[in-house]
Amino acid sequence: MLRSSQPLTGPNRKRCREDEMLLGAVLDEGERGFIIDTRSAQAAKQARMTGGGTEPKSSYPQWRRLHRPLERGRPLQESFMKLVEACNDTSATMDRWLSRLESCRWLSHIKAALSTACLAAQCMDREEATVLVHGAEGTDTTLLVTALAQVILDPSCRTLGGFLGLLEREWIEAGHPFHLRCARSASSHARPKQEAPLFLLFLDCVWQLSRQFPFSLEFSERLLLTLFDNAYASAYGTFLCNNEKERRVGGDTGTALCLCKVKENTHSLWAWLNQPAERTKYLNPLYSHNPLVIWPSVEPQSIQLWQGLFFRWIRSSQHLDEAWAEIQKLVESN
Amino acid sequence: VENVRLLDRLSSRKAALGTLYLTATHVIFVENVSETRKETWVLHSQISSIEKQATTATGCPLLIRCKNFQVIQLVIPQERDCHDVYISLIRLTRPVKYEELYCFSFNPKLDKEEREQGWKLVDLHEEYNRMGIPNNYWQISDVNRDYGVCDSYPTEVYVPKSATAHIIVGSSKFRSRRRFPALSYYCKDNNASICRSSQPLSGFSARCLEDEQMLQAIRKANPGSDFIYVVDTRPKLNAMANRAAGKGYENEDNYSNIKFQFIGIENIHVMRNSLQKMLEVCELKSPSMSDFLWGLENSGWLKHIKAIMDAGIFIAKAVAEEGVSVLVHCSDGWDRTAQVCSVASLLLDPYYRTMKGFMVLIEKDWVSFGHKFNHRYGNLDGDPKEISPVIDQFIECVWQLMEQFPCAFEFNERFLIHIQHHIYSCQFGNFLCNSQKERRELKIQERTYSLWAHLWKNRADYLNPLYRSDHSQTQGTLHPQMAPCNFLYKFWSGMYNRFEKGLHPRQSVTDYLMAVKEETQQLEEELEVLGERLANLQKSQLNGNKVKSKQQDRSKQSGLSTSSNSLANTPQEYSNDLKSFPSRSPSQGDEDDSALILTQDNLKSSDPDLSANSDQESGVEDLSCRSPSGGGCLPSEDSGKDSDEAVYLAV
Repeated sequence: MLRSSQPLTGPNRKRCREDEMLLGAVLDEGERGFIIDTRSAQAAKQARMTGGGTEPKSSYPQWRRLHRPLERGRPLQESFMKLVEACNDTSATMDRWLSRLESCRWLSHIKAALSTACLAAQCMDREEATVLVHGAEGTDTTLLVTALAQVILDPSCRTLGGFLGLLEREWIEAGHPFHLRCARSASSHARPKQEAPLFLLFLDCVWQLSRQFPFSLEFSERLLLTLFDNAYASAYGTFLCNNEKERRVGGDTGTALCLCKVKENTHSLWAWLNQPAERTKYLNPLYSHNPLVIWPSVEPQSIQLWQGLFFRWIRSSQHLDEAWAEIQKLVESN
Repeated sequence: VENVRLLDRLSSRKAALGTLYLTATHVIFVENVSETRKETWVLHSQISSIEKQATTATGCPLLIRCKNFQVIQLVIPQERDCHDVYISLIRLTRPVKYEELYCFSFNPKLDKEEREQGWKLVDLHEEYNRMGIPNNYWQISDVNRDYGVCDSYPTEVYVPKSATAHIIVGSSKFRSRRRFPALSYYCKDNNASICRSSQPLSGFSARCLEDEQMLQAIRKANPGSDFIYVVDTRPKLNAMANRAAGKGYENEDNYSNIKFQFIGIENIHVMRNSLQKMLEVCELKSPSMSDFLWGLENSGWLKHIKAIMDAGIFIAKAVAEEGVSVLVHCSDGWDRTAQVCSVASLLLDPYYRTMKGFMVLIEKDWVSFGHKFNHRYGNLDGDPKEISPVIDQFIECVWQLMEQFPCAFEFNERFLIHIQHHIYSCQFGNFLCNSQKERRELKIQERTYSLWAHLWKNRADYLNPLYRSDHSQTQGTLHPQMAPCNFLYKFWSGMYNRFEKGLHPRQSVTDYLMAVKEETQQLEEELEVLGERLANLQKSQLNGNKVKSKQQDRSKQSGLSTSSNSLANTPQEYSNDLKSFPSRSPSQGDEDDSALILTQDNLKSSDPDLSANSDQESGVEDLSCRSPSGGGCLPSEDSGKDSDEAVYLAV
């Protein structure tokens, strides 16, 4: 599985030998590859006007392009904000709840993300084909798809250590702009332009997987909630800045923050989570290594609202926590 | 009929070819595949509707919808045959006599005494004793011993001490269907009670001294409070409309010391339509999230569930927190009243959250108090306007509570699903007819078997591993979260998409935890045994005796073996929203169900060899891979057919 950003075809249908050679080198003679473009066909075409575009069939003959539009940016942030608002609205009656939930479209985004990740996984696992994933920038929906696909495909990404490694690789090192995306979360009225909850969407999708495959992830919901918290506000440097360059060299972000040498000046969240005493808090007592691919159902009935996150401060989780404590006890006493 | 195709509900590509059989009690489809000869059995009683669809090039489609939400689509090659099957099924699924029902031919090979014992398992007399009755305030009355006062009530009713026979009879004449106020639940801690009745025949201004005295008697039976609540579970408008027909509700001015309350649960017609709409959503092919949520909201189903729950919560609060008695009624006092009283009882008393207690609860508030099972669930062919998913809603309320309080119930989701299944299946006699009187006339207990005994025998399958009787969740009253709580009501796909295996988690947490629990217990017992041996050995050694130490042959593996075979699943069609879902295959439900529905040797008819009936998709096989007894792991089917009936905790 490869990821990139969009090719700069532009309105004049530019070509780039090196790019074609690179993609050609990945495939064997006669082999076919799939390009999963996370923009709609129309959006991808329109991107040409601003210098972007898609890989034309003639220049990339071995690759078949599939479009699976995934929401990002402002609309995704709106969706998130609407959902949080709906969840916090104590006056809402049952009458309107579901349509309100529907109008947020958050669950539709989950469905689309899971479906696309599964598609990528299917190409690799069933068709045994190479997959290239990209959107526009390659920093948002692209990473959502590649990271999710790996959780689906690869059992080592479902271990606690493996999952953290996946995050480091596919989100942090790959350059998801955390600083821009996770600035204010849902409640701020300021609505900065670059704010968007892609990472949360990813965590929610992982939560859906944990619900459908309760034995297959080594980590618990608690880890996902902790990651969510730390992406927005953290005592650790792991989610700081927007990319490796900024983390190392600091740089001209034009913000009040002047972050240099994150590794020298801050502590790593991973290091903390990996401490034996901490680690146990994030383990799933039901975990049992599942070497196979886990294929989630993306039917609407199978996708649920992540109550542990969206109602975290609204309803007591006491009874559910007690249930988990029982589960823990049962497993441990065995 | 040969060469019939059984379609996967959503993918016409995945059709199974086989032979269709119609017997006196079942529709059976046997697949041609020689190794498996997979069978799909459907009881006629379960069939809710049959639809003959337009003939296509491939044949004549027949769509069978079941009351347990299974949907079966058959394609019969010849139009003539299809028509014959259709006509036959129409007749077979509309029995006119009780004797046509399966329970009269079902034979689990028990002797007469075992059958009797089965019926004695749930004893309401014992139950009222458990509540503390008779006592200073409440007594049994035999005023209805020949059903002379109310023919839909049981022979034994519990009434306040100060309610004389005269008062009871008088009150019954002032109540719809003569269903006078009688005791449903008594809280011995504070003497508050839940009583139930039907609506008074008050019209606009009619009064009845005895009825007023009856309510006073209820109030007096609770010295701790100087008033009672009267809860009318109907919407105010409906209740008012009833007044024009000479019925209505209690006027606070006429009845001393009552506080009247409308709760607003809709009637059976609204509920029937609501379910219909929800099932239509379930039948959508590859719906979007929007389609689903809109459809679900449009049906209003969860809103109704919440209304019932809220009513139960109100009553439970009145009893537990205020110590005030409540009289509940609707129109006839056998639908919404039953729902609301049983939900309230469940919230109040942890006994009803045990397996036995739950059976008792259903027996008390539904069976004995004359809920019209025949009319509501169509045992016999009757008026379609009487059909309504009343008890289904109650069962769903219980499930919703189980999701909120995973440690509070001794039983699991499967228990609820199987009860619902058998309310419609008519395999057992518990839910036949409309009243105790009718059941006794038919001699149900002498001619059929009790579901309770059957479930009790298999209770290991129905246990909730997280239940501990000393857990905080199992003590005292349950307090479901009040507003905001809309989001707490979830769509019960385990029930309404029960047969679509691909939708459910592939791994049953409940089954796994039960296995863990069992194994731990066995290991602990072994540990004890070994400990004793060790002690004996040490004693003998001290005595200088030679002891041969025997190596205990551990045929069990310690630790639960997980077979990776059981975890494989197939991908859905992700590539196109319009395409269908290949990994789902039609199924008859679990092996559990097959075991309940029929055991091979119990059938009198000369059916084909049914030993291959075990559903290879069942979760039972998977469980054995995780069972403590280790043993061989049964290879499961290709992942496409692998499925569990996932009873699963949403934590």
